Amino acid sequence: MPRETLVGTRIRERRTLAGLRQAELARRSGISASYLNLIEHNRRRIGGKVLQDIARTLDVKPAVLADGAEASLIASLRDAVGDRASGVPELQRVEELANRFPAWSQLLDESFQRTTSLEKRLEAASDRLTHDPYLAAAFHDVLSSVTSIRSAASILSDTAELEPAWRDRFHRNLNEDSARLAESSQSLVNYFDNTEDAGTGITTPEDEVEAFLKAHNFRFPDFEKETSSERMIEVEADKMRSAAARYMLEGFLRQYRRDVQALSADRLIKAVAEFGIDPLQLANDLSVDVTLVMRRLASLDENRIPTPVGLVICDASGALTYRKPVEGFAIPRFGAGCPVWPLYRSLSAPLQLFETRMTHSGDQSKMYQSFAIAVPVTPPEYNQPPLLRAYMLILPLVLGKPDVKPPQKVAKARHTRVGVSCRLCVEATCAARREPSILAEGL
Amino acid sequence: MAKHVLIIEDEPNIVEALSFILSRDGWAVSLHADGNQAVEAVQSKRPNLVILDVMLPNKSGFDILKDLRDSVDTREVPVLMLTARGQNKDRMLAEKLGVSRFMTKPFSNADILSAVQDLTR
Repeated sequence: MPRETLVGTRIRERRTLAGLRQAELARRSGISASYLNLIEHNRRRIGGKVLQDIARTLDVKPAVLADGAEASLIASLRDAVGDRASGVPELQRVEELANRFPAWSQLLDESFQRTTSLEKRLEAASDRLTHDPYLAAAFHDVLSSVTSIRSAASILSDTAELEPAWRDRFHRNLNEDSARLAESSQSLVNYFDNTEDAGTGITTPEDEVEAFLKAHNFRFPDFEKETSSERMIEVEADKMRSAAARYMLEGFLRQYRRDVQALSADRLIKAVAEFGIDPLQLANDLSVDVTLVMRRLASLDENRIPTPVGLVICDASGALTYRKPVEGFAIPRFGAGCPVWPLYRSLSAPLQLFETRMTHSGDQSKMYQSFAIAVPVTPPEYNQPPLLRAYMLILPLVLGKPDVKPPQKVAKARHTRVGVSCRLCVEATCAARREPSILAEGL
Repeated sequence: MAKHVLIIEDEPNIVEALSFILSRDGWAVSLHADGNQAVEAVQSKRPNLVILDVMLPNKSGFDILKDLRDSVDTREVPVLMLTARGQNKDRMLAEKLGVSRFMTKPFSNADILSAVQDLTR
């Protein structure tokens, strides 16, 4: 039987080894059990995405299923040798090596795979050390404290007759800076400890706040009550481990409380029942700001509105300051999002509400409706443009099922293909691309 | 008349230590703590030397350095740049923009004094 017709047999062997039932493998690979049955009996030829999905589920390389373990090993060894084979005849005898010394070949391949994997992790860690704004700020804080301590200590030590007023001042500075250094150092230790702790995934104050919000489903019923108080904000903020996270959570909860006072959940839900999730219509009907409507929609109980909503907020630098995801629409954890997002485009046209239909570049089967607007956060000043903050509300659309009422007062929807971020996007020809994709480059 | 150093730095305790050691050495010292209006401060105070931090509120030290070098009034003023980021690319950028000396934190008082004296000879 030709090699390619045995793909099904290899899948069956691997499935049995993995202890999976046929129905389970089919479900996890996104195909029907009957189709998998035909594949396993070599009555259907497969390749491409189906083969990749099955291979991923079985935790093997697609080549192992397509060509067999031996062919996969030879291909892998060729990858390991790479360009070094040219001009070195011995390195070209890969097949002979695999046939004569299969165990050594396997060991060599495993070492190569491990090295490649470690290189990728090192690259990711290096990328993080270079670009993580929290880490850069923390190091800056430590070095500034050390500089100040070193200068003050040197002055106190080297100046024989220092005036008492100066002496007191430098003693006070030493005290302040050593306390600051202690806090910065502790913060860095926590950072690296948490980086090691893959279980929580919390590495920065932003992560800490985000984990807290997620744990509460971005809703705080106690703050919806008239009895909510500033003290409640302090109690919640005290649950944060870092001062920076406390600061951020306090800011978020104060805004949340002001929003509740301006627009109650019951009032908004009643309006949604009449107008659907159309932020502009809702804002006009309720006589409130459209960004208030967006924030409040993102805080509602999802069982009481027609569809879940996601919300992303960025400041004028493009930094994402709030991320409430919605199923299927991925939002990057670090760095900026996709430059094509209407969120960023709205920054160039303040106070214009953009309504856009979006699909994700990696999954064309899902469509999303977004409403994006940038608004000033500073009062008017002579000859100074305002500082802006941009909002993007994201609604999943179920194709063929009109569960979201179309907006009534906005321009005709435009369809845009967006990604998560350049590194995770397959749109090779995107004009906004700023770095290669790890998906396209196979890094 | 004492030579004049303008310190553009937002860390108050570093500013205080620098002011002390420079004043003790006979320098007239003036201060500016914000990226905004830093170039105007140099133009109005006309110092013999500027000590410039990289990370400042509102405007980076690199942008200020570029503006100083682009202005006829200030392009010749020696600039000693201080940074907590000792990366090569920062040093190269500063050199490209025309920095006179680039020092990374933490520095010693003696190093600072020596650099200031060198740059104003």
